[in-house]
Amino acid sequence: MTTLVEAHGLKKRFGDMTAVDDVSLSVSRGEVVGFLGPNGAGKSTTMKMITGFLEPDTGTAQIGGHDVWRDPAAAKAKLGYLPEGAPAYGDMPVADFLTFCGKMRGLRKAQLNNRLAEMAERVRLTEVWSRPIEALSKGYRRRVGIAQALIHDPDILVLDEPTDGLDPNQKHEMRNLIREIAPNKSIIVSTHILEEVEAVCSRAVIIASGKVVADATPRDLVGSKDDGRAIQIRIGSPEEASVIEKIKPLADGAELEVMERINGSTRVLLRYNDKPEDTRAIETRLKSADLPVEEVGIYRPRLEDVFRDVTTRIH
Amino acid sequence: MTASLSSVSVVFGREFRAYFATPLAAIFLVVFLALAGAMTFFVSGFFARGSADMAAFFTWMPWLFLVLLPAIGMRLWAEERRSGTIELLMTMPVAPWTIVLGKFLAGWAFTGVALALTTPLWITVNWLGSPDNGVIVAGYLGTFLMAGAFLAIAACISTLTKNQVIAFISAAIVTFILVTAGLELVLGAIRGWAPYWMTEAVAALSVLEHFQRITQGLIEAPTLIFFGSLIVLALMINTFLVDLKKAQ
Repeated sequence: MTTLVEAHGLKKRFGDMTAVDDVSLSVSRGEVVGFLGPNGAGKSTTMKMITGFLEPDTGTAQIGGHDVWRDPAAAKAKLGYLPEGAPAYGDMPVADFLTFCGKMRGLRKAQLNNRLAEMAERVRLTEVWSRPIEALSKGYRRRVGIAQALIHDPDILVLDEPTDGLDPNQKHEMRNLIREIAPNKSIIVSTHILEEVEAVCSRAVIIASGKVVADATPRDLVGSKDDGRAIQIRIGSPEEASVIEKIKPLADGAELEVMERINGSTRVLLRYNDKPEDTRAIETRLKSADLPVEEVGIYRPRLEDVFRDVTTRIH
Repeated sequence: MTASLSSVSVVFGREFRAYFATPLAAIFLVVFLALAGAMTFFVSGFFARGSADMAAFFTWMPWLFLVLLPAIGMRLWAEERRSGTIELLMTMPVAPWTIVLGKFLAGWAFTGVALALTTPLWITVNWLGSPDNGVIVAGYLGTFLMAGAFLAIAACISTLTKNQVIAFISAAIVTFILVTAGLELVLGAIRGWAPYWMTEAVAALSVLEHFQRITQGLIEAPTLIFFGSLIVLALMINTFLVDLKKAQ
């Protein structure tokens, strides 16, 4: 596997705030890396440094073997980039805008026309081909942004929140498109929608407060928390605090953690650090204590739980 | 080098067309021609002077341009920064100076169109009398060079803000200072307290001084160097500022 993106020790400060702190990342051909993190974690800043838009304070980034800062033209030629919000010249018709982007990328005549035709078909822009971009819906605008990033058939694609603000159908389409083009490219997609990562990404990199806190396949990320040593219970009572107090002595020394509250019922996690606990025994004990416990079971974490776990721990 | 030239021309093409994408361009042209006409015929009394030249027209150009060129230059970078398209431009595999130059040339060409539309006046002068056409050519050359200098300054200033109105006002102020630098009014105010070299330096910045000489038909090296170096310097600062400000 060839490594197409190689970022090393990227650091960026804005005034007193360290936006990105020593982020390293490498992406091989065929990989789709989901770049995850809470808002303000440094996702966009990292992507801007990888694409050569923003100069890092320290660290290096290589695109297709070319250093983004020492050899910008060669590196940028291999890169397609969709910035956050899919900016485009609103007054230009789709066709003119894509022609402009293609020409800036050195495409000419027949080659340019071939690529334009392919984009129109593949990204499904034919309907709006001669309409000004500012008159398009959000979904179409996002697609124009993708077409712009793909016009020169780059090896590396960096997409900053490509599905942000799209409706569920459009999101689905965008994911299909990413999956379609993935096999021959290296793709970095930032998002905060976790199902998206499970749907399209072969690897998830989670970043929090400017640092990489997890880097694994979505399955491994979930698996790492799935050690069978935690039990989740659902409390069907609005007075959860007092219930939790009553559960504590019965939980056999477990660490209690409230996971989420939905419609008046609360999901509580009992974490056992060393020994796996017997679910049945706990259930019997709680039920006989006459507590409003609805459900007791082995905890199978979701990506969402892992995400919350790794991004809030460091605060 | 050919790659650089071609990206200059691609940027030029997009920017030049962008001027005509909105009615703004037509409005600019109409306002410019109306003002230039009104000043020439009514304020300067083009016919009453009874002389076959275009001095009545050229005299007004510095004053019209100090409003018109900030208006032409204001969108060049402020709009890119506001809409975020600067992120697209700066991640294209081209040198930033080619983008700066392409944008500048597009604005300059647009000014050229505005000036070309004033040629009926030139024809009128030739029809009414027999003017020294060499002087008029020199006048147009000087006007075009001055426009280039003002535009380069306006483009440079528009990198500093995301707001076109602020870009316009700031550029108008800077060009106003450049135009008035040589006036006795300004020099007199400085002479009282500033050292001699400073007064001389301010006087040397005077656009009016150079402009008046060239509209009298004197195409001299110092004038060409003055406008040329203003343009080159402003574009170099522009390139530097784009890099500095792009991500803010």
